[in-house]
Amino acid sequence: MSGDHACAEGSLAAGLGFFAGYPITPSTEIAEHLAIRLSQVGGTFAQMEDELGSMAAIVGASVAGARSMTATSGPGFSLMMENVGLAVMMEVPCVVVNVQRGSPSTGLPTAVGQADVMQARWGSHGDYAIVAYSPASPQEFFDLTLRAFDTADTYRVPVFLMADEVVGHMTERVVIPPASRITRVQRKRLPRLKGNGRFLSFHTNGKDLVPALAHAGEGYRAHFTSLTHDERGYPTNSPDVHDRLVRRLVNKIKLNAGRIVEAEEYRLKDAEVVVVAYGCMSRSARRAVDMAREKGIRAGLLRPVTLWPFPESRLRELDKGKKKKAFVVAELNLGQMAREVERCIGRPPATLTHAGGKVLEPEAVLEVLAEAGR
Amino acid sequence: MSKETVVARHPLDELFRADRFPHILCPGCGIGAAMHCLAQAMTESGIPLDRHVCVSGIGCSSRVPGYLNVDSYHTTHGRSIPFATGLALVRPDLEVTVFAGDGDLFAIGGNHFIHAARRNVDLNVICINNFNYGMTGGQAGPTTPFGAKATTAPFGNWERPFNLPYLASAVGAVFVARWTTLHVRQLKEAVRSVMKKKGFAFIEVLSPCPTGFGRPNGIGDGLEEMELYRERCVVDHKASLPDMDIDLRDKKRPIVLGNFLNLDRPHYQPGKIPQETSHG
Ligand SMILES: Cc1ncc(C[n+]2csc(CCOP(=O)(O)OP(=O)(O)O)c2C)c(N)n1
Ligand code: SF4
Ligand SMILES: [Mg+2]
Repeated sequence: MSGDHACAEGSLAAGLGFFAGYPITPSTEIAEHLAIRLSQVGGTFAQMEDELGSMAAIVGASVAGARSMTATSGPGFSLMMENVGLAVMMEVPCVVVNVQRGSPSTGLPTAVGQADVMQARWGSHGDYAIVAYSPASPQEFFDLTLRAFDTADTYRVPVFLMADEVVGHMTERVVIPPASRITRVQRKRLPRLKGNGRFLSFHTNGKDLVPALAHAGEGYRAHFTSLTHDERGYPTNSPDVHDRLVRRLVNKIKLNAGRIVEAEEYRLKDAEVVVVAYGCMSRSARRAVDMAREKGIRAGLLRPVTLWPFPESRLRELDKGKKKKAFVVAELNLGQMAREVERCIGRPPATLTHAGGKVLEPEAVLEVLAEAGR
Repeated sequence: MSKETVVARHPLDELFRADRFPHILCPGCGIGAAMHCLAQAMTESGIPLDRHVCVSGIGCSSRVPGYLNVDSYHTTHGRSIPFATGLALVRPDLEVTVFAGDGDLFAIGGNHFIHAARRNVDLNVICINNFNYGMTGGQAGPTTPFGAKATTAPFGNWERPFNLPYLASAVGAVFVARWTTLHVRQLKEAVRSVMKKKGFAFIEVLSPCPTGFGRPNGIGDGLEEMELYRERCVVDHKASLPDMDIDLRDKKRPIVLGNFLNLDRPHYQPGKIPQETSHG
């Protein structure tokens, strides 16, 4: 099964109720697959007029109670940023798939890229935090899509699946667990209203920082606004309320990072050279680590599965110890994650970068790795 | 001398969020009157208030859902229609009304409007046409009449404005009307009737904006703009849609109002292919 199809199947396994999208290579297969499959399971598939509309539609569908998703690539991801901000501000769970291709602009429509990593973190205006996963295989694309919906519902936040063309288009064996083995997180819901009682739709208990969600048509008569709002959901100009709200939006992810962050570690125990790579490039990097080990170089791989929040405390831990390790970042952009690694370890890592269009060979990774470890 | 009486209850109390008042609208603004019509139509629709949803974009007009005591969504500038589309597709049992401004629906959101109408999404779309961008201070927009002054058209607007009823009908709306905030009864009736109707219904509401449009155009206040409507408006339900352009310079040119179009056409239900091919 291709990565894109695995993603579509993962969303169905998660109970996807609504998909809206606009065709774009290399993500289109997700929409095409769901155009067939969603109707079979009673969900709704809508092709929209553009990605502005697709993103707005999945936010609207989610407040109506459906698990919702859209899929795109760089040019569409840029258009979606507007209403990613809306989902952040209204705290509406949703899943956005970006099968990355060569960029900027129309770039390389049919070839791989990984240059939307920072856009995923900072692409919409203002301070906020989201969660972004990076699958490295079709199986993982399935698994992480399934997980993305749970994360979105748990934190009431848009969750990104930052795949790339190679992972989207490669075909590998994918095991889909039987429905009975799949558990789903339930959205935290407001208690049923008693009488004509009022409620605070954006109130949080201060512990998990995530308010319970009022769906449309359930009698809450809730107000949601893209403006800064108080606990009632009502607009306000108060700088204090604004600061409290924005801080909470950031903190609900930041303070729960320990629960959210995932990274795969490969041969890291005694590693002196740590390669950091994700998505398609982690496949080359893994091979490079094996090749290095054959040559007697103690190399290992740290593969961020969540790009955001970034596994920064793990990186810092790895860098502790008496003998300073060497770090290498291999990625298909000009150093977006390398900069993040530098922020964590306090010095620039060695890098293997390329603007995209092809996956770099394990030999190329090995060369930089061997040099860095010297 | 009349004596002021404060009543404990008003028939529309249930419809408004008392804790949100006073509202932000300027004195003489027409939006309040249109909101009142919407509230009345909701009450009289026979649909329980818990099943009404109101969605807007950004602008003065788009503040309306925030005052209505129903499930309400004040989204981003121009995106009310796609947001409402997602919501209405997931919950087809809800009565979804979009209430927004001319700039919101026809400039930044124009593409969504034409496609939602083409698909015949089951939405009621009410557009406050105040001939300008009110909220941002009176800039020209896609409905600003030829020659009218705006902060970004200081010497008069030279862009041809949209004829909204003509546009809406051409792109597939199954109900098309134009009223003003002076014609509250007709407006309320039109809104009430589309709440019973499946498909994409469009109602244009000409509405005074004394602050953004009246002032630079020599219309003294909201009342004077209403007076202009009273003098110039004619009701003609059978009027020819292509001839419905509004030009305020020509004092003899009527502003045509009415319920112009009311068709039955299968509404948008993803996965369901309509059997008939009728265009009428
Ligand atoms: C993307 C974006 N661009 C611009 C704005 C600024 N803006 C806010 S309201 C508005 C125009 C509103 O005009 P209209 O929709 O006609 O509503 P009115 O205020 O006249 O009722 C604009 C341009 C915005 N909020 N978002
Ligand atoms: S600026 Fe115009 S549209 Fe906005 S509240 Fe004032 S009068 Fe009404
Ligand atoms: Mg306006």
